[in-house]
Amino acid sequence: MTPSEGWTPDQPIVAIRDLHKSFGHVEVLKGIDIEVMKGEVICIIGPSGSGKSTLIRTINGLTPATTGSVTVEGQEVHDDNLDKLALRRKVGIVFQQYNLFPHRTVLQNVMMAPLLVLKENKREVEERARSLLAKVQLHDKEDAYPAELSGGQQQRVAIARSLCMRPDVMLFDEVTAALDPETVKEVLVTIKQLAADGMTCVLVTHEMGFAREVSDRVYFTDAGRIVESGPPAQLFEQPQDPRTREFLSKVL
Amino acid sequence: MTWTVTRLNWRLPVIAAALCLLASVAAVAQQEGAADRETALQALVTWMPFILQGFVLNLVMSVLAMAIATVTGVILGFMQISPSAVIRLPAKLVTHVFRNSPWLVILFAIMFLVPFRVTLPGGETVMIPDWVKATVGFALPVMANVSEILRGAVMSIPSGQWESADSLAFSRGQTLRHVILPQCIRRMLPPWMNWYALLTLMTPMAAILGVNEALGNTQAAMEAAGSRPEFLIPFYLFLMTIFFVFIYPISLWTRRLERRYAASGA
Ligand SMILES: Nc1ncnc2c1ncn2[C@@H]1O[C@H](COP(=O)(O)OP(=O)(O)OP(=O)(O)O)[C@@H](O)[C@H]1O
Ligand SMILES: [Mg+2]
Repeated sequence: MTPSEGWTPDQPIVAIRDLHKSFGHVEVLKGIDIEVMKGEVICIIGPSGSGKSTLIRTINGLTPATTGSVTVEGQEVHDDNLDKLALRRKVGIVFQQYNLFPHRTVLQNVMMAPLLVLKENKREVEERARSLLAKVQLHDKEDAYPAELSGGQQQRVAIARSLCMRPDVMLFDEVTAALDPETVKEVLVTIKQLAADGMTCVLVTHEMGFAREVSDRVYFTDAGRIVESGPPAQLFEQPQDPRTREFLSKVL
Repeated sequence: MTWTVTRLNWRLPVIAAALCLLASVAAVAQQEGAADRETALQALVTWMPFILQGFVLNLVMSVLAMAIATVTGVILGFMQISPSAVIRLPAKLVTHVFRNSPWLVILFAIMFLVPFRVTLPGGETVMIPDWVKATVGFALPVMANVSEILRGAVMSIPSGQWESADSLAFSRGQTLRHVILPQCIRRMLPPWMNWYALLTLMTPMAAILGVNEALGNTQAAMEAAGSRPEFLIPFYLFLMTIFFVFIYPISLWTRRLERRYAASGA
């Protein structure tokens, strides 16, 4: 991937500055600032409706910002002339509702984008897809259809599908929220492994234990603002803001 | 299980239809008093090939009209979901006009608006037979409905499919072609087949316009055989039976597909 000119890996790979987003007259994001360095894992936590999904979706341009700036590797996302293809190759996203393509097998799901979009060589893509599926422990499900898999398995396919585009940043929006408790773990293990391999990750999660274990920094959002942020030990042990304390007392 | 039920389903009405035909034939055969006069049954047997020949035209019209309606309807349906208003709005107008007009009115309009002969730029004149015009007349309302079926099917695909394709950097065209449409086809097939059945059942309307299809030929046959009142029941029953025998399996098949898709949650 060619980063935009002037960007060097010692600068934030994702930089969000004074980001505002309104849906009609409702302002959902009211000035957000976040910086993520290459290889960092950050978690965004906060009550339902506080704007976490909206925030994470502005990073790959799925939701356009109203004002402010979002850059990925120095490339401005909030730009009418945005090269969406270039951006989406750099940024992968996994959703709560897996959103696999039901008419394609697991292997085809993973291979589709590199083949169609990047026009890569089929044999190379297949090799990569198989090794990714092995990595998420699904090598034996290559020929299954999504409907034949459990939620946790589908979610791991969705992660492999995103990774097959070789992104530089991965976004996860409550990827375990729709799963049975016993399958949550297998998905978290996959993400942890990814983080350990040095992938830059931005996660929205309700799994506080996981957030604490995996992240370099945690952001607590409420009503469209970042109320508090810091290393997990600090944010979970000594929350400064009463809203953070109240939220944590409810979920922990 | 479903299979056996379906097979029974498909046999029962056909047997019933056959019995019906036999009963009417028997009823008519009782009047066989006047030996010099041809019985209604004999007349029907004599004229059957003529009626069936007309029915072939019904089938030809229905297949051609469906082909035209499918191609134009799919194009129109795609235009309806275009992000550009310049493309979307005219497509919506055409769709709504033809979906909400009586078929017979469309048929008459085509009959009288399209000339029966056209002169090609080369100077040759080509005659447009009435059955071709009727075919176009049948295709238009079905086209509008195919357009709606396509639009509805695309709308019924969860937005998450668009979002994930979008996030994987698919273009709109790639998303439609590789993600959305393959999922739509299964949803579109049953209603599409329904419209084919309906269209076929409408083709006798062409008789009003003088096309020599099954209904027109049936009426012509009865007249040629002497226009006796006892002809009415067997001739029309025969006509209904051939339509029934053709259409009923299609509607059974449609229902089976619907059930299967409902069961698989597609
Ligand atoms: N497309 C949209 N149009 C209008 N309002 C929207 C849209 N998307 C989100 N909202 C509103 O923006 C607010 C924030 O939504 P968002 O989904 O970002 O919250 P969230 O923090 O992710 O919540 P949750 O934890 O429930 O997922 C909500 O009030 C929501 O109703
Ligand atoms: Mg959310």
